[in-house]
Amino acid sequence: MTKILRDVWYSVQDFLQTFGASQLFLIRILAGCPAAFLRPRLIIKQVHDSGVLSLAIIGISGFFVGMVLSLQAYNSLARFGATESLGVLAALALTRELGPVVTALLFAGRAGTALASEIGLMRATDQLSGMEMMAVDPVRRVVVPRFIGGIIAMPLLAAIFSAMGLFGAWLEGVVLLNVDEGAFWQQMRDQVDMYDDVLAGILKSFVFGIAASLLAVFEGYNSIPTAEGVSRATTRTVVLTALSVLVLNFMLTAVLIGEV
Amino acid sequence: MQGTQEPASGRPADRDSNDNIIVIRDLHYSRGHHKIYDGLNLEVPRGRVTAIMGPSGTGKTTLLRLITGQILPDQGSILVEGRDVAKMRRKELYEYRKRIGMLFQNGALLTDLSVYENVAFPLREHTDLPERLIRHIVLTKLHAVGLRGAWRMMPAELSGGMARRVALARAIAMDPDLILYDEPFVGLDPISMGVIVRLIRRMNDALGLTSIVVSHDVDEISSIADRTYLISDGRVVASGSPEDLQENCSAVVMQFMNGMADGPVPFHYPAPDYGEQLLGRDG
Repeated sequence: MTKILRDVWYSVQDFLQTFGASQLFLIRILAGCPAAFLRPRLIIKQVHDSGVLSLAIIGISGFFVGMVLSLQAYNSLARFGATESLGVLAALALTRELGPVVTALLFAGRAGTALASEIGLMRATDQLSGMEMMAVDPVRRVVVPRFIGGIIAMPLLAAIFSAMGLFGAWLEGVVLLNVDEGAFWQQMRDQVDMYDDVLAGILKSFVFGIAASLLAVFEGYNSIPTAEGVSRATTRTVVLTALSVLVLNFMLTAVLIGEV
Repeated sequence: MQGTQEPASGRPADRDSNDNIIVIRDLHYSRGHHKIYDGLNLEVPRGRVTAIMGPSGTGKTTLLRLITGQILPDQGSILVEGRDVAKMRRKELYEYRKRIGMLFQNGALLTDLSVYENVAFPLREHTDLPERLIRHIVLTKLHAVGLRGAWRMMPAELSGGMARRVALARAIAMDPDLILYDEPFVGLDPISMGVIVRLIRRMNDALGLTSIVVSHDVDEISSIADRTYLISDGRVVASGSPEDLQENCSAVVMQFMNGMADGPVPFHYPAPDYGEQLLGRDG
């Protein structure tokens, strides 16, 4: 029993230490952000690497999530004769929840792992030490542009995910299941609110972007400079990002709806 | 002190600091419970090639990291041009590092940049030079290491020797006063090794640098070093010209210089009794 308590205590200590270190790291990153905007090329490259290179997986996933959503919702709505509401249901689900959350999970798997392993390998091959020796701060030169790139890319990817999801929902509902197209779009226009739904989703994806990018660069930068260390950092990035996104999603939803 | 064992407790007599670009006094450094340096004293003469030798695991690379301020000593001082590295603030440290070139064991080239961009990297980061001038400097440095023709290549396309030469070109891009080489001969074929050996000497003399070469390749180091320090058990056990070390009768120096498997540095890592362990009685 004592051993279990001790292990739990060590785990709590470890978590708090890591959390504290990540917040200090965030402060270092934020301090380097203003200067990073003076060199936009570095940020644009990272938006390309994190965002453009994730387009395929985001687009395809969004499309199929939209199709499945439409198929499942159609069968339920048909029981109540409310299949015209398919469009609004798909739009609300995608813009409020599925778009930001699934995009963040996919981002962690595609771009987050790439960021963590790239920075981890840079540490393992002395590239970061090399920069320090050239009087170049690796946090400002390597970490900050990647962090900003991830934050910019995430809302854009979430928007593309939602758009592709709506396209999949339309294809499944209107083209294959013969839902009335006018009702599909009209109900969506009437009931999806720009602020409460669309902007709330963008806000969520922005917050997820901060969490996912921070965890990826933090894990990569602090990885043990061995093959195993980089591997562990990559795994931790995915696990921690997934958990953080799900917890943050609940908290943000509660705040945005105004009820807990 | 030349060619002799340094007094165990004594501190070498202070020399004219103008002759030495680096003066290390009573350096102590531990990693966990493992003591790496235990009162190390060492001087690096200006304008010369100084070799730091010693068995694997003696902390030669750690010494370079201490000199460059990447890690801080537990005790003692590392004076570079009279200023203690450990007491430098971050900004001062970065200014100091701009005057140092360092060649890492594996080159440490930035893998997402071409050879040209790697050499241009410190210039772009620290200067506002026009692109024409940067191009001129980069090609000059690459020409000096014989790789002007490889300027378009990516680091992944280079051999080990070429990567180290590009790293050398990058290390001298900012015209440093001091250049540090961390095991520059490891894993190189004889031709590449010969090229690096000649480059170290030539760069030092032609550019008026001070060079510190950390290595355990006795023959290569002996051919270029003006002064050699042999480090073991956290201290300098011998120093002087390579010839002085060859003639040194100390057991540890003889073992190292002649590559003997056993001696003061034992062949076997400390272990329980062999027979007892085979019989499973070692606990």
